[in-house]
Amino acid sequence: MQDMTEALGLAVDLVASGDPDLVEIVGLSLQVSLSATLVACMIGLPLGALVAVTRFRGRGAVLTLMNALMGLPPVVVGLIVYLHLSRAGPLGFLGLLYTPGAMIIAQTILIAPIVAALSRQVLEDMHSEYDAQFRSLCLTRGQTIAALLWDARYPLLTVALAGFGRAVAEVGAVMIVGGNIDHLTRVMTTAIALETSKGALPMALALGIVLMALALGVNAAVQGVRSTAARYAYV
Amino acid sequence: MPTRSLLAATALAGLATGAWAQESIIVQSTTSTANSGLYDHLLPIFEDETGITVNVVAVGTGQAIQNARNCDGDVLLVHAKPAEEEFVADGFGTERTDLMYNDFVIVGPADDPAEVSGMEDAQEALSAIAEAQAPFASRGDDSGTHKKEVSLWSEAGVEPTGGSGEWYRETGSGMGATLNAGIGMGAYAMTDRATWISFENKQDYEILVEGDSDLFNQYGVIPVSQEACPSVNAAASENFADWLVSREGQAAIAAYRVDGQQLFFPNAPSEGGES
Amino acid sequence: MSDATLAFTGLGAREAAPAGPLLPLRARGLTVVLGGRALIDGLDLDLGPTGCTAIMGPNGAGKSLLLRLLHGLEAPCGGTIDWNGHAPGTAVTRRQALVFQTPVLLRRSVAANLDFVLKARRKDRSRRDAMLDHVGLAGKAAQPARLLSGGEKQRLALARALALEPEMLFLDEPTASLDPGSVQRIEAIVAEAGAAGTRVVIVTHDIGQARRLADDVVFLNRGRMAEHAPADTFFAAPSTRAARDFLDGRLVV
Repeated sequence: MQDMTEALGLAVDLVASGDPDLVEIVGLSLQVSLSATLVACMIGLPLGALVAVTRFRGRGAVLTLMNALMGLPPVVVGLIVYLHLSRAGPLGFLGLLYTPGAMIIAQTILIAPIVAALSRQVLEDMHSEYDAQFRSLCLTRGQTIAALLWDARYPLLTVALAGFGRAVAEVGAVMIVGGNIDHLTRVMTTAIALETSKGALPMALALGIVLMALALGVNAAVQGVRSTAARYAYV
Repeated sequence: MPTRSLLAATALAGLATGAWAQESIIVQSTTSTANSGLYDHLLPIFEDETGITVNVVAVGTGQAIQNARNCDGDVLLVHAKPAEEEFVADGFGTERTDLMYNDFVIVGPADDPAEVSGMEDAQEALSAIAEAQAPFASRGDDSGTHKKEVSLWSEAGVEPTGGSGEWYRETGSGMGATLNAGIGMGAYAMTDRATWISFENKQDYEILVEGDSDLFNQYGVIPVSQEACPSVNAAASENFADWLVSREGQAAIAAYRVDGQQLFFPNAPSEGGES
Repeated sequence: MSDATLAFTGLGAREAAPAGPLLPLRARGLTVVLGGRALIDGLDLDLGPTGCTAIMGPNGAGKSLLLRLLHGLEAPCGGTIDWNGHAPGTAVTRRQALVFQTPVLLRRSVAANLDFVLKARRKDRSRRDAMLDHVGLAGKAAQPARLLSGGEKQRLALARALALEPEMLFLDEPTASLDPGSVQRIEAIVAEAGAAGTRVVIVTHDIGQARRLADDVVFLNRGRMAEHAPADTFFAAPSTRAARDFLDGRLVV
């Protein structure tokens, strides 16, 4: 309990003093996880939409696979990405290991299935509402998908948020492919892991509090957008 | 369409940040040198002088060597001499140089159930712990510290893995995590002194066993060979390794203190060694 | 160049309406069986080139299903549909429009709902404001479509259907559960479309509405065609007992 109070005080001090290291780490966390969320959405949303509006043989198996991939263990993703990006690996020539780029790739792989699976659910629900009308309008599949993605934009924001939440909170993948290098690839979660391993538990906890406040802020912003949308019946 | 290209541009910008702005090298390092704050003390001095950015990936010695074998580092700085020599013999390193030393200690709870406090013989202490079946937290991760611990058990004639999961608890994690776990369950643990001194979650734990010459902990530095790994920045990594063993580098190592205690003792063979 | 020509030809082929008028319709032996029960049972139907047809019948008679069959949203288990020599398909559906009982509006503004279909179907988008004005929604163009009243929603759905310039307009109980004022406005728009030459088929429970709009009445009972007669004849002297009971307000099912 003593630790908790101390951590809270530390967290307040860190934020209030605008600690440059903290600003850098928070900035990189946001940059990496937001980039990964964007890329994951560019991959996952069209994929989720396609599966939502298409009936094909083996669709059940694809759904099961998509849902299962939502639970990809970050450390396994990290290891696989490491093995590819390592100088000894097939993509080693890119020189991406131990860079924010590698971390974005790992987190994208981690959350693209989440975005795909959750958006598939959202879009399939909406599609069942729109389907007859759209068929009456003789829309092409492309037009249908585009219309669904746009009309589901607010629920999909929540889907993206779920992906972002997973990305910004994971430590296993970024630790391996980023290397937790100070001023280069250190993010909130790897900094917390480092402080913990130094036995600096109050500092680790303080960083954790800052991370949670950050997540809370992002969630509140999205919630605000959604409730505005709901007021205008756009949700 | 503009929205989409904007998204793509943002994503690419995120990826592109990986490009180094200036010359830099990656050091695959053991955790104790990083967690104790040594690099925070050394690297700014080196960077000021040379303009070379040193990026430290701190993992266990076993993983550091494996990463370096994958060519994912320019310099190796660890503490497991036989494994380091093998690394060089296999052609991955240009040359291994003794850099500095400190020692391992056995820490434990104040109530000391195996009554090892004050012992100066590490093997005797380990035997007493095994005898009492008092909990012992091992790294269990093939790190330099773990390799050392295994060799001490072996010399003591104890096969601790027989008590694995009971009194012998292999955490499979770094030094700090193992100390956190050990302290959490009232277990003895072996740690390098630097990590222990700078460790902030000691609670009622103290150093119980120290001073045995068997507990000597030698660190070495090895530039990764450009022949084995063409991606290596050979000039910069040689530069860094040379600086560490130079008079100036050795002095900088000796000057690093936590709570007034010196954590690492330089002993490079050529010009600067104090030993 | 050849690619562009090809693409254009491909587009043209898809866009091309079947030659000649869409009507008359000739359907024979239409059957839909679901779970062992015949929802539509050997139904024959002829629709002439002009006018407004009301489809009536008790709940569960198969009225809405028949509409969806004719529009091409469902395929019959048996029977044939012939649109003046053309088989059902996208090319036929594209020349028709259907207004559902519960309008399905996009989660966008009123104007954007019209923009969407005009763009998707490559229609003249400058017509949008005139169409909103036509259904009395010009003042609500910027409002979210889903916040409109029930009557306004249905008028927007009707405007969207008419934006497609259909030769055949299907209406599935468009005024069910609307207030009398809304019913009147919608009927006026439908009547106007009919007068302008759009063939109208409307499913309705509202006998007064059928009397006001329809030229002929199709009366369905248990998936079968019970009666197809000019409206005057049907309302004055229905030839089947089921139709008599229905008009007298006695439930058949």
